[in-house]
Order: sequence, then C-alpha cells, then structure tokens
Amino acid sequence: MAKITLENLAHSYLPNPATEQDFALKELNHDWADGEAYALLGASGCGKSTLLNIISGLLIPSQGRVLFDGRDVTTLPTADRNIAQVFQFPVVYDTMSVRDNLAFPLKNRGVDAAEIQRRVQKVAEMIGMEDQLGRKARGLTADAKQKISLGRGMVREDVNALLFDEPLTVIDPHMKWELRTQLKKLHTDFGHTMIYVTHDQTEALTFADKVVVMHDGRVVQIGTPQELFERPAHTFVGYFIGSPGMNLFDAQIDGTRARIGEATIDLGAHYTATGRTQIGVRPEFIQLSSGGAGIPARVSRIEDVGRHKIVRLDVAGNEVSMIAGEGEAIPADADRITFAPDGINIYADDWRVAPQGEGAI
Amino acid sequence: MADVATPVVAGDGDMTIEKPRRAARRYRPSGSAIVMALYLLFLMLPIYWLLNMSLKTNNEILGSFSLWPRDLTLANYAKILTDASWYMGYVNSLIYVVMNTAISLAVALPAAYAFSRYSFMGDKHLFFWLLTNRMAPPAVFALPFFQLYSSIGLFDTHIAVALAHCLFNVPLAVWILEGFMRGVPKEIDETAYIDGYSFPAFFVKIFTPLIASGIGVAAFFCFMFSWVELLLSRTLTSVDAKPIAATMTRTVGAAGVDWGVLAAAGVLTILPGALVIYFVRNYIAKGFALGRV
Amino acid sequence: MNKTVNQKAWFLILPVLILVAFSAVIPLMTVVNYSVQDTFGNNQFFWAGLDWFRDMLHSDRMWNALSRQLMFSGIILAIEIPLGIYVALNMPKSGFWSSFCLVLMSLPLLIPWNVVGTIWQIFGRVDIGLLGYTLDALGIDYNYTQNSFHAWVTVIVMDVWHWTSLVALLAFAGLRSIPDAYYQAAKIDQASRWAVFRYIELPKMAGVLMIAILLRFMDSFMIYTEPFVVTGGGPGNATTFLSIDLVKMALGQFDLGPAAAFSLMYFLVILVISWVFYTVMTTLDKREGN
Repeated sequence: MAKITLENLAHSYLPNPATEQDFALKELNHDWADGEAYALLGASGCGKSTLLNIISGLLIPSQGRVLFDGRDVTTLPTADRNIAQVFQFPVVYDTMSVRDNLAFPLKNRGVDAAEIQRRVQKVAEMIGMEDQLGRKARGLTADAKQKISLGRGMVREDVNALLFDEPLTVIDPHMKWELRTQLKKLHTDFGHTMIYVTHDQTEALTFADKVVVMHDGRVVQIGTPQELFERPAHTFVGYFIGSPGMNLFDAQIDGTRARIGEATIDLGAHYTATGRTQIGVRPEFIQLSSGGAGIPARVSRIEDVGRHKIVRLDVAGNEVSMIAGEGEAIPADADRITFAPDGINIYADDWRVAPQGEGAI
Repeated sequence: MADVATPVVAGDGDMTIEKPRRAARRYRPSGSAIVMALYLLFLMLPIYWLLNMSLKTNNEILGSFSLWPRDLTLANYAKILTDASWYMGYVNSLIYVVMNTAISLAVALPAAYAFSRYSFMGDKHLFFWLLTNRMAPPAVFALPFFQLYSSIGLFDTHIAVALAHCLFNVPLAVWILEGFMRGVPKEIDETAYIDGYSFPAFFVKIFTPLIASGIGVAAFFCFMFSWVELLLSRTLTSVDAKPIAATMTRTVGAAGVDWGVLAAAGVLTILPGALVIYFVRNYIAKGFALGRV
Repeated sequence: MNKTVNQKAWFLILPVLILVAFSAVIPLMTVVNYSVQDTFGNNQFFWAGLDWFRDMLHSDRMWNALSRQLMFSGIILAIEIPLGIYVALNMPKSGFWSSFCLVLMSLPLLIPWNVVGTIWQIFGRVDIGLLGYTLDALGIDYNYTQNSFHAWVTVIVMDVWHWTSLVALLAFAGLRSIPDAYYQAAKIDQASRWAVFRYIELPKMAGVLMIAILLRFMDSFMIYTEPFVVTGGGPGNATTFLSIDLVKMALGQFDLGPAAAFSLMYFLVILVISWVFYTVMTTLDKREGN
C-alpha cells in the first residue's frame, strides 16, 4: 500500500505536442492518499484511462513524475510497481483452470504453495466461484471471466494499489451491484489504495470515498460525493453528476444580486465575477410559484420517475428541470420559479466563483 | 495503423483513443529486428541471385564469379520480350489464370452462400467431399485430364487449363468465402427480403459489397495457386496455350543452357506475383487468416 | 449462427457440383477404370480385378517412395511450423515495416513452382550458384546431383524457403487478433515471456496453426515440380517422392494399370492422414475446453 503522487504530469500521444489541445492528459498535480478508494469519473475519451495506464506503468508520460511513497517510478515497468489492474474486458488464460488463473500472479512471484492455496481459496469465495475452481476458464460466461480477472487482481495482498478500468461494463446489472459491494468490503477489510475508472456516476459515487472528475483531459474537481453534488467546481461536474444535471442560466452578477433576463434574484452572498457568468442551480433547489417574485417559466412536461417527479419547464426558450416530491401537487397556474439560496452556485467561464467569506475548496 | 488488436465496443471511444500500443510492442525481444533481417535475407538471397544472373551475359555467368553484374546487360530481357514464342507464354499463363479465377469465383459464390446460410440434406458430407478435392495430388489427375480433354477436343486450349485448375481452386474458394459469409449477420438477408429484394438483386447489390474483402482474398488465392501450378498446365498444353513456366525449358539447347535468358524468364515470372502482392499488401495479414480468426 | 433448413439450397450448389463432377469425378472414374484392367496395347483392355492393387502393395518401389514422402513431410513440418511461429512472433506488428515484411515474405509464395526449382538449382550449383560456390569455397564438397544427403538437404531447405512464410503469415494473423489488454494483464501478473507465449499467444493461434499444418501436410505430400526440377528425383531414387514416381510410371513408362492403382492408394493415404490430423486436433481442442 502506498501513497501515489503525480507531479506536473501530462501526456500526449503525439510525438511533438505543440498546443494544449494535443495533450490527452493536461498538466496535473495530485496525491492519491494511502488506503483511500478513489473513483475516476468522466465521459468516454476524457483521458481517464490514459491517467490509469500512466499510474500502472503501461504508458510512460510525456512529462512529469509518478511517485509511490516518494519513490520515483515514472519509468519503472509495470511488473516492478507491484500494482494490480483489472481491465474493461475480461482477460483470462483460456487454457488454464480457474484455480491456475487465480494462482498465476502468485506463482510468477514465487509465493509458496500453501500460501497460494490459502489465498486462492479466499478469493474464490469472495467472487463466488469456489465450486468451479477445477474447470477450464474457456467457455465461461463473460461475467464469470470478469470475476476471475477481478479475483486475479485481488489475490495479491501486498499490492501498492488496485486499479480498475471500467471493470463492470460486461457484467449484468444485479451482479454489478454485488461485485461493487464486494470491492467496497475488500477495501474496508484490507485498506488498499484503489482507483476505479468509470463513466457511470452511480458506480463512482457509491464506490468511492473521493471522486476525481475529469473532463477534456483535465481534472476538474476532486471531492466527496456530497461536495460534487452541492458545490460543483465546474459546470461540467454540475451537469455530469446528478440526474437530471444542474440547470445553468446566463446571468449578470452584481454583488449580491443577479439578473437573469428581466428578473432579478437575491444571491444571499457577495460575488465578484467577470467573463461569461452563469448561475447554476440543481433541480432539487428550484421551487414553483404563481405570480410574485421569480423568473417567468411555463411547465411543459411532468415525468413521474417513482420516487419523485421531474418537472420540465420552459424558461425563455431554454429547458429547465426541477424535482418535486412524489406527493407534491403541481399548481396548474404556476408561472414563476425561485431558487433556494443554498443551492445557488456562480460560474465565470465555466469555473465556480466562491462567494466572499467562503473558505477555499 | 490497424486497429485489429483493439476490441471495439459500440459507444465507447476510450479503447481506441487511449490504449497504448507501445506497451504490447515492448514485449518483443530486442533481437526481433535481427531475426527478421536474417529471415528476409534468407528469402531474398536466392531471388537476388536470379536477378543478378539475368543481368549478366552468359560469358560473365560462366567465366567469372561476381556478386553483382560487372557488365550490366538487358539483352536477356530483350530476347524474351521481342520473341513471340517467349512472350506468348506469359500471355497464355495470364489468360488461363484469369479465366480460372473468374470461373472459380462465379461458381463458388452461390455455393458458399448456401453452405453459410442453409442446412440441407447432405450438406456436411458435400462440404467435406469438396474439400477432399483440394487434397487430390495433381499427379494423380494429370493423365486422366489429358485423355478427357483430348477426347472432347479441348487439348491445348486455355479453357482446359482453367477448368483443370478448378479442381483445387473451387474447393478453396468455397471454403474461404464461406468463412467470410458466416461473419455477415443473417438479419441483413432477412431485412433485404422484407424490403422486397429478389435473391439475385440482393446478392449482387447488398451481399457482394459486404464480403468484398472475402472475394478479394479468394481471388488472390485462386490467382496464386493457378499461377504457380505447372504439372497440369504443362500436361494439357503443347503449343497454343503453353504456359511461360513450361516455355522456360527451351533454354536448354545444343550449346548447353542459356543461363542468362533462363534467369531473365524466371525474374519475369516473379513480377506478376510481386505486383499482385503490392496491391493487396494491406490485406495480406487478414487474408491469410482466411476470415477465420 | 443457426441455419434454416432449405432443400432448395441445392440449386445454389449445382454449378459447383457440375464443375467438380467434370473436373474430378470423371477423371477419377477413368483412374478407377484403369486400375482394374490390363492391356496388351492396341487399346484392348481386359479385366484384371484387384491384381494391380495387390502388385503395388507388394512393390518395394511404392513403399520406398511412400517412406521417403513421409520422411520429407515430417521433416518440413517439424522445421516450418516452429520456424514460422518464431518468425511471426518477431514481426513488427504495424506500420511501414510490417507491410514491408509482409510483402517480401509473400514473394516466394507467388513464384511458379518450377521457377522455385530453377532458382535453387542455380543457387546450389558450385560453378555459378552463390550457395554452391560459397560452400565449395568453405571446403565442403557440396554436390546435390551426386550426393543423396546433399540432395535431401537442398530440397528441404528449398521447401523451407518456399513455404515457411505461409505458416508465419497465418500465425501472424492469429497474433494480431489478440487484444492489447492480454499483454498488459500478463505484465501486471509478472508473466515470463515463455508464459505469455504458452498461455496467451499459442492458444489464440491454435485455430490458424491447424490450418497451417493441414495445408503444409497436404501440399508437401503432393510435391512434384520443385524437387523434380532440382534433382529430377535423383541421385538414383533418393528424392523420388510419390508424385514424381507416379508421373514416371504413368506418363514416362505408360504403365497405366499400376499407375492408376498407385494413384488411388496415394489419394487414399492423403485423405486418411488429413482426416486423422483433423480429428486428433479437434478432439485435443475440445478436451482443452473441458
């Protein structure tokens, strides 16, 4: 187990990157604390697998350093970093039995037979394959194979870190939940440093202590699930996390007040923002009212998703979503929306502006 | 840059964009380049020697030993390209090879389709029986072919050789095409029929383009095996359709062997193959897997 | 893919059937016909029963040719298959050099077989051939027309030169179908180079290697032109393989009856051995799966 430090790290797949656009991974400094479970969340192609492969040593970064507990491992091959990685697609050794598959990483490291036996048994129980240890891996279903891959990742107990590259893509939904719970339990039991790459926010938020959100080759926010929800540091985090995502309104910010179209709203704190300024409000923090203060809006559609209702509104031609309780009545004459002051975030050129008096995030 | 090595999953660009290719290559031992260089040297030396000889005069070939032509001459080539009895050999060979490729593909396409889509009485036995023809030694067939084609008046014609080569090319073409056709989902056929296509229209307009690479591979192999075969083509021809490979024996005359011309003729037989390879170079690796990887 | 039952599919097969019937069945019937008849010339034939088969089974000539043939096929398979795999493992995976190697390696496959023979015949001559001249200069008394061992070595090296690339190209196609993740996982598992080959590359190549072995077996068992051009079957009968012997008998000596009986047995041997190869390999494959 180790603390992983990234120093001025950046990577480009081009031989001579010139502009920032050429970098698949833009410059980054970050510590991955020892024993913590991280999720690396982002849309496809945002650079998260690149980052993971740099940490695992499958890729050598174009610049910067990777440190494990202060030791420079940037150019060290994968085998010498003592990490385990599970890939998106199951990788099993077809001609070996399930047992030999699980024992393979240990055998290659010269662990003695009794110890191998013990650990393989334990991992097999964890992935629920004790009764299939004797059979050949070929011909197993995709999720059984992926369980073996996970098992091979977990069988070594002394790893510096466990890396997962969207490991549950091929697993069917109910197994997904079960395996994720297993991984979570494994983390509490052994306290490995874990990095879990995914594009599924639910997976990320339920698995990790801290979520690292990436967008366009850049880490845009690192925080607990709650922080990501309440104080998205970037508009991307706002709409990527949450369902539906955060609503954004173009607005002029003037101290404690803001203008959206004709309406003026009270922000409850003092902001100084320049550039393209926007107000972000999550659907959970919007209320409907009729007449009086607020922004003019028209209800266009109501979707009942069971636990709550999603109200789609038309605000000056843009679609805005809000969430109403399941039992809450939607008044027929509603024509205004107002924001709960706690739920207001101000953005300038897509980055969040902290109000005066708020501690830095 | 080929993406064959990367599994592609719809809707996820990650794999193609981010996966490092370098990593896999680092596995290759550093001696790879040396191994390949030695192997290619082994392959090229005999061919180079033939080329070398074809550019020398007979005096130089027999009189002195040199690694490259000291007295460079194109006379050997000139002799072949100006003498009809020489160059007609090439024309004859090309005629029957092209005929054979066309016939093989024309009959193999519908058959391969039937094998890949339908099950019918005796289909497996029939398929296996077809393949056994690929295992038939041409030497076994040389004499009966000679008698058969003589009796129906086709001896010494291009079509006779083209038909004879069908013996091993048709089974091969059926087999290769069947492999490629199996990879095309059946739903495509069904959709086309629902859209009102007749079978021939569907086959020509929709299906053929889908297996174009398979047809290319099959054509390549038909060309190759017909071009390199000599025993049957020599047995079935005497003058009018005589292949170049057989013409080469002419270089043995009363005055001994005309080595320079022999070598030049040999080099010229390598050229069509080299040309074909050059055009299909990007499909070779896939083609050799015969659609079965 | 589950196939629909459709007896009309026979119509699609019909062209192939007609063509193959013409170019395979009729000639084969002619052979069968000759194999059970004898002649005193003048195109007068009479029934000879299975005499020719009995004669051939007792003829040393055929058994010698058969054992030479088996030895030849065995040796070239033992060299070409491992060498082909080794070359495939060392080939550049992509880019210019990959195409470069593919093109050069395919070249010998498209040279007419008698030209292959001619190339090696010249290459091995001590007076004008690079190989022969070099060996001679090194003090080796190399002579493939007089020394049967030298003749064998020459014919085998020629076949390796001619066909190893086919095996290599097939194996290479198999290798390219392996996703990168397998190599990455193997690295993380600290697998040795040998383990990567044994547990990842070899299983993935198994299918194409089966094709390679079958093709190489069949074609080497039918080989005629190349050794005939180089050695003419000699010295003596040292390199007289089955096809060479058959052509000598049928077209040279015009012994139609024995040649026909020989042909049928020859064909049968290929079929049986190919079938055995195929069955053994598919059962091994299935057993691996359980």
